[in-house]
Amino acid sequence: MRGADVRLAGITVAFDGANILDAVDLTIRSGEVVGLLGPSGSGKSTLLRVIAGLVIPDAGVVTIDGKDVTRVPTHRRGVGMVFQDNQLFPHRSTIDNVAFGLKMAGVDRSTRHARAAEWLTRVGLGGFGTRSVTQLSGGEAKRVALARTLVTEPSVVLLDEPLTGLDRELHDQLVGELAELLHATGATAVIVTHDADEAGAIADRSLALDDLQGAGSTVRDHGNR
Amino acid sequence: MNRLPGWVVGLLVITPAVGLAVFYAWPFVNLIVEAIDAESVRAVFGRQRTWSIVWFTLWQAAVSTAVTVVVGLAPAWAVARFDFPGRRLLLSLLTAVFVLPTVVMGAAFLALLPDSLDRTVWAVIGTHVVFNLAVIVRTVGTMWEHLPPEMEHAAATLGASPGTVFREITLPLIRPAVTAAAAIVFLFTFTSFGVIRVLGAPGTRTIEVEVWRRATQLGQVDQAAVLALLQLAMLGLLATWSSISARRSARALDLRPLSRPRRARTLRERVVVSAVAGTTAIVALAPLCALVVKSVSTPSGWTFTAWTDLGSAEIRPGITLGLDPLAALTNSLRTAAWTTLFATIVGALAALGIAAAGKAGRILDAGLLLPLGTSAVTIGFGMLITFDTDPYDWRSSWWIVPVGQALVAAPFVVRSTLGVLRAVDPSLSLAAATLGAAPVRAWREIVVPHLWRPLAVGAAIAAAISLGEFGATSFLSRSGSETLPIAIEELLGRTGSVLQTKGYALSVILAAATIGLVMLVDRTGAIASGRAVERPGEHPQQGAGSRSSSVTDPASGSTAAQWSTDARR
Repeated sequence: MRGADVRLAGITVAFDGANILDAVDLTIRSGEVVGLLGPSGSGKSTLLRVIAGLVIPDAGVVTIDGKDVTRVPTHRRGVGMVFQDNQLFPHRSTIDNVAFGLKMAGVDRSTRHARAAEWLTRVGLGGFGTRSVTQLSGGEAKRVALARTLVTEPSVVLLDEPLTGLDRELHDQLVGELAELLHATGATAVIVTHDADEAGAIADRSLALDDLQGAGSTVRDHGNR
Repeated sequence: MNRLPGWVVGLLVITPAVGLAVFYAWPFVNLIVEAIDAESVRAVFGRQRTWSIVWFTLWQAAVSTAVTVVVGLAPAWAVARFDFPGRRLLLSLLTAVFVLPTVVMGAAFLALLPDSLDRTVWAVIGTHVVFNLAVIVRTVGTMWEHLPPEMEHAAATLGASPGTVFREITLPLIRPAVTAAAAIVFLFTFTSFGVIRVLGAPGTRTIEVEVWRRATQLGQVDQAAVLALLQLAMLGLLATWSSISARRSARALDLRPLSRPRRARTLRERVVVSAVAGTTAIVALAPLCALVVKSVSTPSGWTFTAWTDLGSAEIRPGITLGLDPLAALTNSLRTAAWTTLFATIVGALAALGIAAAGKAGRILDAGLLLPLGTSAVTIGFGMLITFDTDPYDWRSSWWIVPVGQALVAAPFVVRSTLGVLRAVDPSLSLAAATLGAAPVRAWREIVVPHLWRPLAVGAAIAAAISLGEFGATSFLSRSGSETLPIAIEELLGRTGSVLQTKGYALSVILAAATIGLVMLVDRTGAIASGRAVERPGEHPQQGAGSRSSSVTDPASGSTAAQWSTDARR
């Protein structure tokens, strides 16, 4: 899989009159894994949602591989996203959760189940397919959420505080797995976190959102690590 | 133990228990005895007409329910997901419509629809839909609010279009609420009586209406009894089916605490949300406005004569109808006062007794729920045939209507007080005992003072129920002592614009009184009873729906909406 170029230019989002994102510019090269840092409430998650199309910016342009997608609805952007609390579908089995994206893409049943099962094995949950997602542990649910996003081979993967709220041991273990998985897929990835160490361990480079606010006036790149 | 002595508990429960036995159980047994007659059963089931009525009752309820669900989903979505100006007002408006007496709602649609649609099945279905919108919007909206938008977002990032997201994610997850709400709407429309009495025609009769017609118009009491039991059996089946299916669809959802409704952001969201909210508001307001307009307009122009001459029984000089609208109003107020008194006293005694009696109290508790599971028509019918013969010829007594209505209202008084009484910390009574209070004294000082506020709420509910009660009253009231709903139905059933406008004027008065009382309950009820109050929905039929799932919590939507579900009987 080849990751896509993602460019944000002059992204401005206002909620209830206050600019939560103010003319943010950001360029992410194909296949790059970027850590986006900032305190809570600084607009990191909103920026991810702008890339995913879940929030339409009040101003600015989002381009993916050179194509303006600012007005393209989420489901046609080919952007995968992992949510902080996973958002697994409680009425579907584990395998059906993982296969959901393939089903949306029109992949036939046996193929998508085979590929979903493959991915479950890859995240260490082989044989978990028939389990109810409501009975998974925190770490298992996180792995299922990752598999569900990655199985569709999105060219851009967005991760919104994926490891927040997990206990220390599990967190450290998943940091390693996540870094490996993301680099192996070759997708462009943005991981939002407030933990600089976590970003450092997973991402190719880390950015502070505060530095991106205000067009032209900020450093766009903290340099490669 | 610091328990109340048995004789005190006995004194408390004796009145409610005897009242229940005499005015509910005995008439009910009579009804069954009346119906067990091979001849009558054959006559009823052998008649083609019976089956067409059963069929009509079923299909109009099914269509009404389906349309209500479909129409209600859009406003449910809007209030669950978005915060917009007038959101609370819209919810209150829907609740206000929901608690209107059935006869008033029928009158409102009679006023709204063109003559060509009046007295058709479409008018009936339309009325049912607007009437019950609140059930869908409140019940489904509450669950929808608990469904995180992120779940839908997750599906979108996996390639699901908005339509697919709704079909694959949203709908399956809110389905328990949809099913529960649909079961309640079906129950209401299946037993529709007042609406159809006002709006219906010979071809549009429910079983309920046919029971009334056979019993009071045709004098076929035995056949009416067979029909009443047939309806009861069908309701029993419905309740069983709905509780089974509710249990099956109940799912332990890991639903997060409420995701707060947000402002619409994009232009498209704003347009859609305002269109949905605006349309819903118009749909709910139009019948009420039509009622007011029709009370001041005649074919020959605008006139306030219906209001100014409300007290005049004359149609034309020298010709009277034998029905005095203003007298109906005062009679309704008097009846409501007695009903409220009876229901409040009996309800308070029962609640105190049940709370104090422990396990044995549950029998009375369950017994008092039975009248809620029986249609008001059946209650009135049973009383009619029981108290019609010597030495129990109480039909002509002034108190028979208030007693019938109190039977319908008392369970609500019990519901509103019992929860509060049970929530009183028992250790307070123990503390009082250590301070030297004897059990009765401790009870009087600790438990009884908690009674008054919920009792006031219960009294307001009883008054609202009494004012709008039509089912039981249809059987029990006599000419010359009509209550408002009875007078409205009669006035609107006659031809002549003078009578019609008076019927509409009375409907406006009744609507205003009911809405006022229920809003009062909604305000004070939430404060007085808080969350300690048990869910009023937990009686045999509605309970089947509201028990379906812990996250389907119709009670949290509005106390008034729940409390008043039976105000419309």
